[in-house]
Amino acid sequence: MSNEFWAELSSVKKRFGKTMALDGLDLQVRPGELFSVLGPNGAGKSTAISLLLGLLKPDAGAARLFGLPPFHVEPRRQVGVMMQEVTLAPELRVREHIALVASYYPRPFTPAEAMELTNISSLASRPYEKLSAGQKRQVQFTMAVCGRPKLLFLDEPSVGLDVRARETMWATLRQLVRNGSSIVLTTHYLEEAESLSNRVAVLNKGRLIASGTVNEIRALVVRKHITCSTALGADQIATWPEVESVTRDQQRLQISTSNSEAVVRRLLAADSNLQELEVRRAGLAEAFTELTQEAA
Amino acid sequence: MMNATSIENPKPFDNFDGSSLARAMPTGRLLRAYLMEARFESLRMFRVLGFSIPFLVLPAALYLLFGVVLFGDAVRNDPAAGKFLFTAFVVFGVMGPGMFGFGATIATEREQGLLTLKRALQAPAGSYLLAKLLMTMLFAFIVMATMIPAALLLGHLPLTFAQCANVTAINILGSLPFCAIGLFIGTRASGKAAIAFVNLIYVPMMHVSGLFYPLPKFLRAVSPVWPTYHLQQLVLAALGMSSYGKTTIHVVVLAGVTVLLTVLSIRRLARVG
Repeated sequence: MSNEFWAELSSVKKRFGKTMALDGLDLQVRPGELFSVLGPNGAGKSTAISLLLGLLKPDAGAARLFGLPPFHVEPRRQVGVMMQEVTLAPELRVREHIALVASYYPRPFTPAEAMELTNISSLASRPYEKLSAGQKRQVQFTMAVCGRPKLLFLDEPSVGLDVRARETMWATLRQLVRNGSSIVLTTHYLEEAESLSNRVAVLNKGRLIASGTVNEIRALVVRKHITCSTALGADQIATWPEVESVTRDQQRLQISTSNSEAVVRRLLAADSNLQELEVRRAGLAEAFTELTQEAA
Repeated sequence: MMNATSIENPKPFDNFDGSSLARAMPTGRLLRAYLMEARFESLRMFRVLGFSIPFLVLPAALYLLFGVVLFGDAVRNDPAAGKFLFTAFVVFGVMGPGMFGFGATIATEREQGLLTLKRALQAPAGSYLLAKLLMTMLFAFIVMATMIPAALLLGHLPLTFAQCANVTAINILGSLPFCAIGLFIGTRASGKAAIAFVNLIYVPMMHVSGLFYPLPKFLRAVSPVWPTYHLQQLVLAALGMSSYGKTTIHVVVLAGVTVLLTVLSIRRLARVG
């Protein structure tokens, strides 16, 4: 096992009772990347993160954090964490929560710096119990970054955030990656993964079913979407052998096909007045749905 | 608009060093982390008025009610009775913070995922429990800091400086077994059940250990099962009053309860979380 990866799972198996949560999973997090772990509920995302954080031990295989077993103190001090379900002391103020977590790290930001970074300086003196659900997530995010971690684990970080808060969080994440940190993100918002990630892993039933860049994952789905404005009838086009489905959206036709070149050639031949032609590849969301359905 | 300056301004990252893997934690910073944990745990328990007011104010208030307002004349004629009442309320004062501060809060915080987060964040080993322990000791110290002036100034008890110092030390250390009982319950029960379990021990311990009043003979025989009994005997002896049993036995029992329950609880925490 090398130091080339900042976090790594090798052939990891983890069973809870009769459920095989992870079944021979391999994952690698490289320096300076934003790595998204996607998968339907119960795919094993949280278990994988818990193993990398040393909160669980694998039944078989190995977990490594900066080349060391993750329950060692040294690698964990370089990690920031934002968990999905946690309730913090309601009586403490935001600044106090951040100061406490910052004290666990050798060279943290000051609470003021950390709050400025995540744009929550205005909440500094508020008791945690008085915050909205979204503000609480912002505080937890600030706690995750306040130790200047090299590797950040974020479990569904943007749930409950409004658009502005989410944009600020994304900007902070991009800034952290530019400065050399790596981020492991689990999210249900596929546009989040699409917008931020260098690499994506798709899990299903404890196995890795696809991994690569966002473009590589999207390319796994060969289907493309053609939209155009045409006098041709939807029923007529639906009979073409290359066409999978056709729908009419106001004046425009939406055609799904795995052979877009052939369909476009035929469309142009059949309607010389055809306008607003557009060909799109499947988005990450669609690729995700298709991949996880195939694997089911 | 989001705050563009905070994002574009790279100042907070100036010292970011992406290449070095080793980041040692200087001893000073490690100590500071323990202190911060204890400071914020105490601060937050002071802010929970339902916890801090009863546990900080009640011992002295009840002592003054019984020892001065209601039975002041009787106590003045019988200093031994006055001292006994004082020992009862100082022991009463350290039971609550330990049992409720540990028991109920640990059970709730375990349920709420806070312990898991602290483990994931690499909070220094044991800092979470140590913070609760120091919080309890601080509460015990404050109880003594209110009880002693009340006894000297209003209760007119003839206590020497050495006696006051001894009783304070005994009582602060004496909060340990109550912390251990709370810890034991808090690591096993759910948040809601923990409060009920703590009360299930707290209330009988207060009434049938002979803390406040002489017990009928059949109860007196079993009073040594309660840590309060042993702590009160130590406090009585420190005030030069007649007490039951040997000091060594009392210390061994209190230390034994503390160690046994703490070991069982920590094993449970390590296994189950």
